[in-house]
Order: sequence, then C-alpha cells, then structure tokens
Amino acid sequence: MAKRVSLSGNEAVAQAMRQINPDVVAAFPITPSTEIPQYFSQFVANGQVTTEFVPVESEHSAMSACIGAAAAGGRVMTATSANGLALMWEMLYIAASSRLPITLAAVNRALSGPINIHNDHSDTMGARDSGWIQLYGENAQEAYDNFIMAVKIGEHPDVQLPVMDCFDGFITSHAVENLEMLEDEEVKAFVGENRVAPYALIGQEPVSMGPLDLPPYYFEHKRQQAEAMKNAKRVILEVAAEFEKLTGRKYGLFEEYRMEDAEAAIVILNSSAGTAKAVVDSLRAEGKKVGLIKIRVFRPFPAEELAEALSKVKAVAVMDKADSFSAAGGPVFTEVRSAMYGRADGKIVVSYIYGLGGRDVTTNQIEKVYNDLFSAIETGKYEVYNYVGVRE
Amino acid sequence: MAKLVEIRWHGRGGQGAKTASLLLAEVAFNTGKYIQGFPEYGPERMGAPITAYNRISDEKLTIHSNIYEPDYVVVVDETLLKTVPVTSGLKKDGAIIINTSKDPETVKKELNFEGRVYTIDARKISEETIGAYYPNTPMLVAVVKVSGIIPEDVFLNDIEASFKHKFANKPHVVPKNMEAVVRSLQEVKGL
Repeated sequence: MAKRVSLSGNEAVAQAMRQINPDVVAAFPITPSTEIPQYFSQFVANGQVTTEFVPVESEHSAMSACIGAAAAGGRVMTATSANGLALMWEMLYIAASSRLPITLAAVNRALSGPINIHNDHSDTMGARDSGWIQLYGENAQEAYDNFIMAVKIGEHPDVQLPVMDCFDGFITSHAVENLEMLEDEEVKAFVGENRVAPYALIGQEPVSMGPLDLPPYYFEHKRQQAEAMKNAKRVILEVAAEFEKLTGRKYGLFEEYRMEDAEAAIVILNSSAGTAKAVVDSLRAEGKKVGLIKIRVFRPFPAEELAEALSKVKAVAVMDKADSFSAAGGPVFTEVRSAMYGRADGKIVVSYIYGLGGRDVTTNQIEKVYNDLFSAIETGKYEVYNYVGVRE
Repeated sequence: MAKLVEIRWHGRGGQGAKTASLLLAEVAFNTGKYIQGFPEYGPERMGAPITAYNRISDEKLTIHSNIYEPDYVVVVDETLLKTVPVTSGLKKDGAIIINTSKDPETVKKELNFEGRVYTIDARKISEETIGAYYPNTPMLVAVVKVSGIIPEDVFLNDIEASFKHKFANKPHVVPKNMEAVVRSLQEVKGL
C-alpha cells in the first residue's frame, strides 16, 4: 500500500535509502545534497538500517570507499553535488569501468566557478562520459522512484554499471511536496534483499579487480562496457514496467507531454519540465499546438526513440541548464540534434541555455521560447544558439 | 476558495519564516491538498532578509519557479517594509499580513497597496505565551485565518500534532505554542 506523504526531495531519497537498507553508504557532505547522508546517518544511529556508514574526509574518498565496498560484492550508495562530484571524477570512471553498480544521488548544483550553491546541470552534464547511467527526475516523487529503480537497473546481470539519480538542488532537494512512498517491504522485494554480484573480491571465487590493463585487453573491456550501456536501455524499460505494476507510475526513456500533433516542442529535463508543462497547458488552451519532451534517461542516450518522437514537429527547442562552452550549443542540444540527423531531417532545431547558477526559470521564459519557435516556423528566420533569462 | 493559492513570506534569517512556510504546507497537506513549501536560499545569515513560498492547490502542482504574483504576502519583520518591495506583484484582490503592533489603517498609509491589509502583534503574543520572540507561529495562524485555506477547527487539531512532531525533543514547548495559536486566531486585526 502506498503512503501519501509530504517530503523534500532529499528526505524522500534518504527514505528510499533506508527502505533499501544497503550494505555500505560512504559520503562527504556538500550543499545541497548534505541532508541525504545527514538523514541517513540518523537511520543508522537509530538502528533502522544495518548499513555500514562510512563518514570519509572527501568525495574522492567517498567514491573510493564505494568502489572498494562494491568490488567486495556489496550494495553501495552515496550522494553528492557539484564540486563534490568533480572531486569524485577520477573514481567515477573507475567505478564504471570496473562494472560496479553503485547508486549515487546527484543533487544538481552549479559547478564552481564562480562559486555558487544553486541549481543547474553543469555537474552531472560534465560527468556524462564517465560511463555512469544517468536518470533525471522532475520532482521529489521521481527522485524517489528513480533511486529505487536505479538499484535494480545497475545490478542487472546484463548491465553491472553505476547509476546517478539526478534531481535539482534546492528546487527539488529542499522543497516540500506531495509524493507517494512505497511500503518498506515492497521496496525490499522490488530491489531484492541483497545484491547478487557475479564477481567480487571476496567469496567462493574471488577475483582481482582494477589491475593494469594493457593493449591486449583494454579495448575489449571498453567494448564490453559500451555493450553494457546499450543493454541498459532495454533493462531500464523492463525495470520501469515492473515498477509500474507495483505503483501505477509509468516511466520510460523520456516523457512525451501533449506531443500528439505538436508543431513546436521543447526538450528539457528535471524540474523546469514541470514549469514548462504548465505553459504547454495554457498555450494548448489558446489552441496552439505545443508539446514537450522530458528526458529521463540521458545515459544511455535514447537517440532513435527521441528522433522518432520529434519526427512530426516543425520546430524544436532543446534547453540546456549547462553550457558546454563549445560555442555550438549545450550538451543536450548537440546530442538531440545529432540524434535527429538522418532520422528526422528538415526540422528547425535550436538551442537555449537557461537557468544557470539558480537563475529562476519562469513560465514567461518558457513561453518566450515557444513564441520564438512559432516565429521561426512562420518566417523561416531564427537564431540557432540562444540564451533565455540572462541580461545581455 | 480559488483552486491555487500562492503565498510569499518575507522574514529575516532566524525568525522562522521558512519553518512557518513548511508548517503551513504540512497542515494543508493533511487536509488533502497538493502543496509546495520552499525557501529561496541566499547567503545564510541571521538577520538577512529571506523569502519563502507556498503553493496550495486542489490539483497537482507542476510549476517549480518562485512566486511573482502571490495571493497573500506575509511580512514576519516589519522593518522589511522599508527595504524590501513586499507588495511587488501582490494581486489586487489579495492581502498582506504584517507582524506589527500598529493597526491596519496606519500601515496601509505606508504601503503602496490598495488591497486588504491585516496586522497581528506577533511579538507581544509570542513573548506572552512562548516566553520569547518566535513570530512564526502567530504569523502562520494569521495566514490560515485570513486565507481560509484550512477550516479553523481542522487547523487547531492538526497544528498540535505538527508541533508534537516538530518538537519531539522538547515537548514542553507544545502547550505554549498552542496558547500562541489560540490567541493569534483572535488577535488578527483588519478582519
């Protein structure tokens, strides 16, 4: 039976962690993710979980401890944000290439500098090539649901990869909202009592992990890692189907919102997708054919599926809450446009960078983007690279 | 009552405006509403102006921006009236609730706002009941009273449960806070 609760995103994810009762949590505090290990350490102190909680001296050590514990066969979790994720960088790649299914609550925050504690996606977008699966969520409910599903996705025998549960700092992490929580037993049954590691440092058939891997084998190992990420796309959908049976909540690789007959579409992720949905509703009420695609799975990237979903629109704005400083659009834009090439040609595809460093993302900004798209459709004239909500 | 009610809180760090917004969210949640309660985080310093927000609705909430055209504004510290544009975007048919010993007519002359103005002496109430200056409880009560978001009897039952939860480590403050609640319900001026 689901429980109706009001919780912040951080509290919801900490509750998910408690319900899962992992073997090891190793973490170092950083705003805005701090509350997750903070709440969780109370569960440890209260004896509500049997987890070994490892308070470490840095995020590099946090991820290193996670890698060690996961290599030993444990179910392992952590949380971080921004510069904490940056300090984990070296170890992120090692976790992924060692095929260790660690679950990381990545509470999105602008990566310094200038120093800023507020939300954008520059932290996890920078980690997009680290080999981690990345799930993005709009609100506390999705942060909670994705965290539970992340365990099952990462630990699947065909995947064996670490997973980031990404959601917006402060906007989602610190805002109290309605959500539905599963019963503890339901979560435990869904993820399984223990991780079943196909190989580990300890056990009946112990293996060595992380040794030097020279030209005779390295490439094959990377090829296998790439194959695991391909498998993840199928497994993510299988896990989502199972989760839907349990909760009634449907998840895919992305969410299509009022895309039927849409002429102008926005592609966006996390909390601003919710704000944009309200704009879609009000523009639809005026008879304008607008729709929205909210990407949930950014790694693996659902290229074919997105191209198919965008095949009938006339114009699409891809919105990035991170600038990759390529001088050629943000990371989501470049990937979406590339996905459309040869599959959904002849469309107007434009980039909007928005909301950096916690700049509030309003319905007015989103409405402007849709208006720009209609103007582009009518006149054929438009800028490809745009910023919205910035003073110039 | 309108389907969506948006409230903006103005206070100073340490006065509990954020806590009040979260408590309001909780009591509205308990009556079956969809709620959002969130502060606007800045540099966290005691005494610095802070803003917090509530959305309360019968329907699912998806907007995640700050609130620019609130139905209600709550001013927890009257010194902010001179430095922060508290009435900015406040709907004409909305209302502002201010913590002050002054009566609404006097304050209205100082405000650039034509709509309804309510005052409550949260300092006096909290000092006489709780024994210290914690204005957030009286202000929370005033916004419930003025907005009618929650029926008073439902609110009274619920807030007591919320206090018991919030003050689990210091239960002796619950009766004093309840006394503040009861008095505040009677002492909102301008109704």
